[in-house]
Amino acid sequence: MASFSVNGKPVSVDADPKTPLLWVIRDIVGLTGTKYGCGAGFCGACTVHIDGRAQRSCQVQVSAAEGAQVVTIEGLSPNSSHPLQKAWVTEEVPQCGYCQSGQIMKAAELLASNPKPTRQQIVTHMDGNICRCGTYNRIIAAIQRGSREG
Amino acid sequence: MTTTMTFALKSPELTRRSMLAGIGGMTFFFAFGTDGARILPPADAATRPAPLSPWVRILPDGNITILTITEMGQGSGTSIPLMIAEEMDADWNKVTLDWAPSNPEVYGWPDRSGRRVMTVTGSRAVMMYWNDLRTAGAQVRKVLIGNAAEHWGVDAATLRTEPSAVVDPKSGKRLSYGEIAAFGQVPSPLPAVDKSELKARKDFRLIGRSVPRRDLPFKVNGSAQYSIDVKLPGMVYASALHAPVSGNAPEKWNDAAIKAMPGVLATVKLPHGVGIVAESFPQAMAARRALRVTWSRNKVDGFDSEKALDHYAAIHADTSASVKIVDAKGDIKAAFDGAAKVYKAEYRSDYTYHAQMEPLNAVARFNDAGDRLEVWDGSQDLGRSRDLVARTLGMKPEQVDVHQCYLGGGFGRRSLADYAAEAAVLAREVKRPVKLVWTREEDVAHGMFRPMTFQCLEAATDASGKVVGWRHCAIGDDGGLNLITGGMRISSYYGLPNQQLELRNVDEGVRIKHWRAVAHNFNLFAIETMVDAMAADQNLDPVEFRLQQMSITPKARRCAEAVAKMADWGAKRPDDRALGFAMSERSGSLGACVVEASIDRRAGTIRVHKVWVAADGGVIVQPEAAKANVESGIVYGLSSALHERLTVRDGAVEQSNFGDYSVMRMSDMPEVMQVSFLDSDGHPTGLGEISTPGMAPAIANAFHKLTGKRLYHMPFTPERVLAALKA
Repeated sequence: MASFSVNGKPVSVDADPKTPLLWVIRDIVGLTGTKYGCGAGFCGACTVHIDGRAQRSCQVQVSAAEGAQVVTIEGLSPNSSHPLQKAWVTEEVPQCGYCQSGQIMKAAELLASNPKPTRQQIVTHMDGNICRCGTYNRIIAAIQRGSREG
Repeated sequence: MTTTMTFALKSPELTRRSMLAGIGGMTFFFAFGTDGARILPPADAATRPAPLSPWVRILPDGNITILTITEMGQGSGTSIPLMIAEEMDADWNKVTLDWAPSNPEVYGWPDRSGRRVMTVTGSRAVMMYWNDLRTAGAQVRKVLIGNAAEHWGVDAATLRTEPSAVVDPKSGKRLSYGEIAAFGQVPSPLPAVDKSELKARKDFRLIGRSVPRRDLPFKVNGSAQYSIDVKLPGMVYASALHAPVSGNAPEKWNDAAIKAMPGVLATVKLPHGVGIVAESFPQAMAARRALRVTWSRNKVDGFDSEKALDHYAAIHADTSASVKIVDAKGDIKAAFDGAAKVYKAEYRSDYTYHAQMEPLNAVARFNDAGDRLEVWDGSQDLGRSRDLVARTLGMKPEQVDVHQCYLGGGFGRRSLADYAAEAAVLAREVKRPVKLVWTREEDVAHGMFRPMTFQCLEAATDASGKVVGWRHCAIGDDGGLNLITGGMRISSYYGLPNQQLELRNVDEGVRIKHWRAVAHNFNLFAIETMVDAMAADQNLDPVEFRLQQMSITPKARRCAEAVAKMADWGAKRPDDRALGFAMSERSGSLGACVVEASIDRRAGTIRVHKVWVAADGGVIVQPEAAKANVESGIVYGLSSALHERLTVRDGAVEQSNFGDYSVMRMSDMPEVMQVSFLDSDGHPTGLGEISTPGMAPAIANAFHKLTGKRLYHMPFTPERVLAALKA
């Protein structure tokens, strides 16, 4: 049994302690905004915040989340009101959209610690998150907008 | 009844069939005939063998529901209903979208044989639905006007519409579409609509206005539903291990050990793999990893893609090899015999993998009697998905409903639902709803790839340097699907008088498939690099050479001149950078591309700093979405040119995940991408793939400008770049 919180709500799950947190979030907690992309830490589609840090939930065993505060895309804001979510819509970033939860969670970590990042800091921070539709430049523009308007 | 703005039905339990009953308002069922779209009166629709969902429903409260087809980020999920809304003059803010059912006979467009298909490939959705859906929208408008005219006792010809309202300019009276829906009748037969009654471009309120894509809000908060997100009561999870060698079948495996693993419910023999059903997906994945399978063997065993590609050169040299003439015009022999100069070059390209972000997956559920099947699939071809599932299960197409979901990337892979058929087989086996997810490793290993190629181009010039003869021979596995030959035809941009295009087909047995812009990628790499080499030989500017010596068509000339202006083609660049130019053609569109690139000569890496694309795609339905789509095509093309390489050794794919199959990342991006559409009244054509094939030749041409050397093998890996620099 692992107990932690997801988006502020306590959860206790009865799963093999080695189960990747990704599948616990998706299939047991039932929040499917966090995506499976590679299962190996290469793409970032499964990025969530664990105690404020962006982590790849496919690489975190559920036992390691014991007592942690997990935030997923569904918990980033109550109504898509996070400056990055608004900027993502304004800049029309998503295409297929599958990677975008992870992109937004990764970007939110950056703005939380560095509210006015340079372009190069954005690229360095975001480089581990793959977008196969190639929306990268719009992601950069949206992070800059979120930084300005946040 | 739901009138929320959600695009996909969030709960799969809520079928749209239930929406048909007893909610009032007016419903418009479309049927497509040989003469285009017609809307059917509800009475006629009810006599159809299968119940139809209305394309358009207007409720008395003014809310309107319009169906759509496929959304994978390309934007036509919004453009399709927007075209109807435009002609019916709907208030777009009152329009809710829903997915069309898997019924191509009703919701499809006519392919060349006249068969209706729901295929969304080649970026052609808007192109294919443009006439039918605007006509249908105009019919809806006519019915609404007719009802208002009768209500007021006036001549319909005196009335006009504003968004979601019919107005009588004489009396100033006004009836909203919702008000009309409360009393209106849909007549039978429906009024005909002549092409001349469609709106003129200047009268469009929605088309050409960059209406935001409807899927965007759901893709920033995790609520967009992909098939991988579907959860049904009692659902179990599955994964599959396929033969590492394409075409092999499982003979035996460690079944008892697998079945003893935690959560494992069943193992199922599939034609080319073993399916595992378990209580949870991690359990299914663990069992998949533990599988030890003995596979049958076939001719692909031992296949080595690098050696095979080397052998393609020998096939080309073999004068007795069988040749298929793809196209021929003029007198090719005379052109070459009488040539002042003949140019010749050979090009190669490797296999590539789609790498769509959402690994292939589907959910399948039978009814209790086992004679009806529902499948949830993110599909580029809902009808084909239905048919393949039905055929695999020995069912009739009408026994299968495929529910559309958002696609986490398609790029050509999701027009063939082999994974959905597997999910259905597993669901039948365990008599429970099943979600099958291929792991990323499975998605790579059992992928379907853009075929590798060898190409030889020859060109003949006359005494003035004008190109008069063109011969293009391509070698590779065409699959009978134009996977090699697509994009060989140059006549829409270069009207050269004498041409011969040849295919020498090689059936390798490796799974191959359409891949964003497909054969245009390697063919345009060869064509446009060859043209650049001739320009250099004649000491002519590459753009000037095309305008003067290539019999360029007027439409292509406009694109070339537009992009040259955008890029300020003649201006000096920083010392370590150069521009490269390439024409592009795809899905009826023409384009011209310029890149600004530099080289790290020690590392052998090429960096693209800026990209400009000018494209003629006819009328642009949603300019901002189209622009984003062309940007996406640029990045896909850069990725193909610089990174993507899949190899097969001992019959098996060597790469396994994003760690060893590289795609473009943010740090690889050009800082500037400028896209411009030429103003046009033409029929819309495909735009999502126009920029992709132009990237490799434009980069190779910039490389030549920087180094005097040529790149002949795509992708331009550091190893190949270093070798070219030394050559």
